Amino acid sequence: MHDLLDALAAAWQLVLSGDPTLVAIVSLSLSISLTAVALASILGLPLGAALAVLRFPGRDAVTVVVNALMGLPPVVAGLFVYLMLSRSGPLGSLGLLFTPTAMVIAQVVLVTPIIAAVARQMLEDLWREYGELYILDGVGWVRTLYSLLWLGRFSVLTAVLAGLGRAAAEVGAILIVGGNIAGVTRTMTTAIALETSRGDLALALGLGIILLGLILAINSTAHVLRNSAKRAAAI
Amino acid sequence: MTERLRSLTVVFLLLLGSASAVAQEPFITVASTTSTEESGLFGYLLPSFTKETGIEVRVVAVGTGQALKIGEHGDCDVVFVHDRPAELAFVEQGFGIDRHEVMYNDFILVGSKADPAHVDGSKDIVASLRKIADAKSPFVARGDDSGTSKAEMRLWEEAGIDPKTARGGWYRDTGSGMGQTLNTAAAMDGYTLSDRGTWLSFRNKQNLTIVVEGDRRLFNQYGVMLVNPAKYPHVKQDLSLKFINWLTSANGQEAIADYKIDGAQLFFPDAKGSPS
Repeated sequence: MHDLLDALAAAWQLVLSGDPTLVAIVSLSLSISLTAVALASILGLPLGAALAVLRFPGRDAVTVVVNALMGLPPVVAGLFVYLMLSRSGPLGSLGLLFTPTAMVIAQVVLVTPIIAAVARQMLEDLWREYGELYILDGVGWVRTLYSLLWLGRFSVLTAVLAGLGRAAAEVGAILIVGGNIAGVTRTMTTAIALETSRGDLALALGLGIILLGLILAINSTAHVLRNSAKRAAAI
Repeated sequence: MTERLRSLTVVFLLLLGSASAVAQEPFITVASTTSTEESGLFGYLLPSFTKETGIEVRVVAVGTGQALKIGEHGDCDVVFVHDRPAELAFVEQGFGIDRHEVMYNDFILVGSKADPAHVDGSKDIVASLRKIADAKSPFVARGDDSGTSKAEMRLWEEAGIDPKTARGGWYRDTGSGMGQTLNTAAAMDGYTLSDRGTWLSFRNKQNLTIVVEGDRRLFNQYGVMLVNPAKYPHVKQDLSLKFINWLTSANGQEAIADYKIDGAQLFFPDAKGSPS
């Protein structure tokens, strides 16, 4: 109980102090996760829509693989990206290991299947309802996917938020490919891991509370935006 | 439609590019151990070096085994660790050159104040480990191929005990870093071997205290070496040598000796002139 109160106090003090190190860590966390989710949406949403709509050989297999990859352990994703980007790996000459770019790549690997799988599920229901219209009109498939995504944009947002939740909370992958270098690749989650191992549990939990607050703020914003957009669309 | 795809691709690449747009000061990457990072030594040392030379030092803090692996892959410029036999093998195999000894501290045996194996105050680490094994008192081990873990295994060997095959479940192999292992030991009132630096800066001691120290077998030497540029041409040789030379210079050695927590010195400089 005592530790929990200490954690709350630590979080509060950190926020009040406006510590420049904390600000840098928070902004790095946000920029990595948001960039990764944006990239994963560009890849995952069309993939999810395609799996919902198109009929092609091996479609079921791809769906199963994408669903299974939702459970990809972050450490495994991190290890895979590490081996690709290592100087002794195939992409070693790019020199990307231990940079924020490497962390974005690892998170894209983790988040794309989540966004694709959740989007596919939601769009499949929509397709069942409206699909015939597109087929009767003889619309091309690229156009079809695009308008289906637009039609289902409010539910697709849920897929994107699910991806963001994973990206923001994840530590295993970015620890391996980023190296938790102070001032360069240290994020909220890797800082929490570090403080835990230093035995400063209050500070670690304090950072955790701040992270939770940020995720809550992002989700609330998305919720408000979605509701007002829905209302506007209804008028 | 292809135009839309093209613009989407451009956005994709821009986003990926934006993540890498960090200020490019000259920097080197150092693979080092959790003990140097978690004890706060680097936080104290590196700003002085950067101020003197303008070179930023990026530290990836992992166990010694993993740090040497990062060097073997060519993913860092300098390796700064504490496991002499493994370091010499690293140089022997051509992965590293220019190895220098930098500083030392010592390992300590930490245990709960209740001290179920009655080892408190002993100066004989090997006899104490035998007592712990006889009493089947919980012992929390790193088990992660780190310098500390390897030192611990050498001590068990000297005691003539193979804890990994010992019965009774008293030997808990956690496969984690020093701080995490101390957290576990604190939670289960177990014994563990720690480096003094991490222990002094560790904040969650609970019932734990130092029970055995001062045995010469607990000596813990740190060494620094350059990743072989003949093997990995991208290694920043000039900048890295500046760092290695600074660490072993009078200035660097003095800075190491100056780092204290609550008045206690954590690391003792012992650099010699020529590389071993």
